[in-house]
Amino acid sequence: MIYFDNSATTRPFPEVLKSFHQVSERYYGNPSSIHGFGTESERLLQQSKKQAAQLLQVKSDEVVFTSGGTEGNNMAIKGVALQHQNRGKHIITTQIEHPSVIEACKALEDLGFEVTYLPVNEDGIVSVQDVQESIREDTILISVMHVNNELGSIQPIQEIGEVARKYPKLYFHVDHVQGLGKVPLNIDECGIDLCTLSSHKIHGLKGTGILFIKEKTPIFPLFHGGTQESQYRAGTENLAGIVAMVKALRLTFQNQDKAISHLERLNKRLRKGLEQLNQVHLNSPVHGAPHILNFSVPGYKPEVMIHALGEKGIYVSTKSACSSKHSDVSSILQACGHPLKRSSSALRISLSAENTENEVDIFIEEFERVLSELSKVMG
Amino acid sequence: MEFNHILVRYGELALKGKNKKQFVDRLHENVRRKLVHFPNTKIVRNHDRMYIELNGEDPDAVLDKCKEVFGIQSFSLAMKVDSEEQAIKDAAVKVIASEPSVKTFKVTTKRVKKNFPIGSQDFNRELGGYILRNVEGLNVDVHNPDMDLHIEIRGEGTYITSKKIKGAGGLPVGTTGKSLLLLSGGIDSPVAGHLAMKRGVEVEAIHFHSPPYTSDRAKEKVLNLAKQLTKYGAKVKVHIVPFTKLQQTMYREIPDGYGMTAMRRMMLRISERVAEKEGILSLTTGESLGQVASQTMESMSAINEVTNYPIIRPLIAMDKLEIIDISKEIGTYETSIEPFEDCCTVFVPNQPKTKPDREKIKQYEASVDYSAEIEETIAGITTVTFKEEDLYQSEFDDLL
Repeated sequence: MIYFDNSATTRPFPEVLKSFHQVSERYYGNPSSIHGFGTESERLLQQSKKQAAQLLQVKSDEVVFTSGGTEGNNMAIKGVALQHQNRGKHIITTQIEHPSVIEACKALEDLGFEVTYLPVNEDGIVSVQDVQESIREDTILISVMHVNNELGSIQPIQEIGEVARKYPKLYFHVDHVQGLGKVPLNIDECGIDLCTLSSHKIHGLKGTGILFIKEKTPIFPLFHGGTQESQYRAGTENLAGIVAMVKALRLTFQNQDKAISHLERLNKRLRKGLEQLNQVHLNSPVHGAPHILNFSVPGYKPEVMIHALGEKGIYVSTKSACSSKHSDVSSILQACGHPLKRSSSALRISLSAENTENEVDIFIEEFERVLSELSKVMG
Repeated sequence: MEFNHILVRYGELALKGKNKKQFVDRLHENVRRKLVHFPNTKIVRNHDRMYIELNGEDPDAVLDKCKEVFGIQSFSLAMKVDSEEQAIKDAAVKVIASEPSVKTFKVTTKRVKKNFPIGSQDFNRELGGYILRNVEGLNVDVHNPDMDLHIEIRGEGTYITSKKIKGAGGLPVGTTGKSLLLLSGGIDSPVAGHLAMKRGVEVEAIHFHSPPYTSDRAKEKVLNLAKQLTKYGAKVKVHIVPFTKLQQTMYREIPDGYGMTAMRRMMLRISERVAEKEGILSLTTGESLGQVASQTMESMSAINEVTNYPIIRPLIAMDKLEIIDISKEIGTYETSIEPFEDCCTVFVPNQPKTKPDREKIKQYEASVDYSAEIEETIAGITTVTFKEEDLYQSEFDDLL
């Protein structure tokens, strides 16, 4: 099998699974219980938090464990909006955000908030000037993703952060789910107030994530209940998942430099292979994230191509897994200004450092074969 | 800017006369231990200062570690070059150019190597002029400069330093003997331990634990506090006293108002026994005058009666807020405020006597023979030793 759908999810590292298993077996005490068995779990939880904070170069109490990217994005956006609506009801985001951001913003529009969805250029990049110009007296939040999940385009987070810093009354949220481990981001230096991370995109397990909340950034919690996670997120902690995630984070950061240069090599090879096929249009910008390569084959239905490749044990996807069961048209490619024919025939390859050059070569070969078979019917 | 040395100034040790060598030896040893994880560093010392050769180690990381060593007055990052005019000039330009915020400077040359061909004053002018010609946007200001560039010309080489960084001060831990710190889970006692260490005292800790009235978490918290103290003393031993039985007996036998006095007296008796066994000559407590019932003049007098060991009370004249500030600075505050019961809060009388009478407490105590229970309690003491590494390691490392 050749697994090229790592932006949807990754294969958990064996070490991570081992930790998950050991923690589930040994530390099943509730961290909030005051008996000794709960104490142990709580210590482990605190240690995990400390390690995560060190890895992310932030403070321990700025790390809030969540159930993943969607929750993190919702917590950040709705949390800031509901908490600070007295200051203003205007939010700035982009047209190419993940559904968990776009839909959260749309939900807030129903509640009377106003959202500016900024356009992007052909490479899927938002303009810092646009951000600057759309800030108003009543703007309370800017939410921009770091790396786009379909295209791999990298947003100018540092520059936007510099703009946001000039307005102390507004908060800056970054969805860093796709960038983590692939495109380094210094949360502190970029002036970020809230940052979403997800475990299963870095070989951790599904159902765990982190929302970085900079100190003195009060947000309205989505879940009320106990006092877990500084009352930002009530509910018994998923300790085994959390420990597994922090381990995945450590392993990811430890190998990050090597992983990135490996991904860059694979990406180059893939590009070269795909460029030779004349039906193919590459959509991902050249200076994008190294693990995502998006391309269109106008006239060919993506779903059909995916199934044809699937039959050969090769797994790729169309767009974000969170929106791929709907229409074939990619709103992100449309936002980049691509015509319908191109934005409705896109495929996404997303790599992990575990993929090999050999797999890339096999893919190119098989893909060419699939195209020529399909061309008899579709092309 | 690649600084290749850290210059360490001793401060108070200079006053130690003939005993100075012993103090410096200890400081050398404490710094060496602190830097075990920087294998390339080398410590060179002479009678009035110490140089840490970095040999490629990160200067800031080494400096951060050294800031936790008592007995150091100040540091400066230093660049060592050959004692030759041009080499010194080049290095001085590099040092000053590495700090773009510096707009004004002055040069202070000290010539320990008297055969250096240019006199100190002349060299100040000479080097000042050279810097002005080679770095843009600078002015000389001899009264209030942004950077005071120190040039120390010695036989073995010339050290160029810019700013002084404050050290932890005090005396090297281990130079003034050992004390047994009565460590509760509160804010005060770890600060008291820290301040004792600052006076060169090596600290062992004793903690009174009353299961099931006090939980494992309370004990855990105390052990964590002890671990924090290893930062300043490399190693901290903690004696955990099973106090439940004695407390129950006292609770039963001593009139309510005197319970607290009796308990403190008992703690001191047991602490003295432990100190004796460990060859320790003093006790340290976190008492602060007037803070709680046990810390009135009358209480302290009644409590102190049971021991003739000196009791070091570094906090005696401090305000709570000052104590809290120190505990935040040394990193114990967060742990101290965790809300777990300790043995002093569980058996607290409704109306503790703030002015207990010495004769009365003696009389109440005389009604019971505690000696067997005391022996049993002492026999049940368990001891844990923490090293500084424990602070950075956790039992969960294999999981994380």
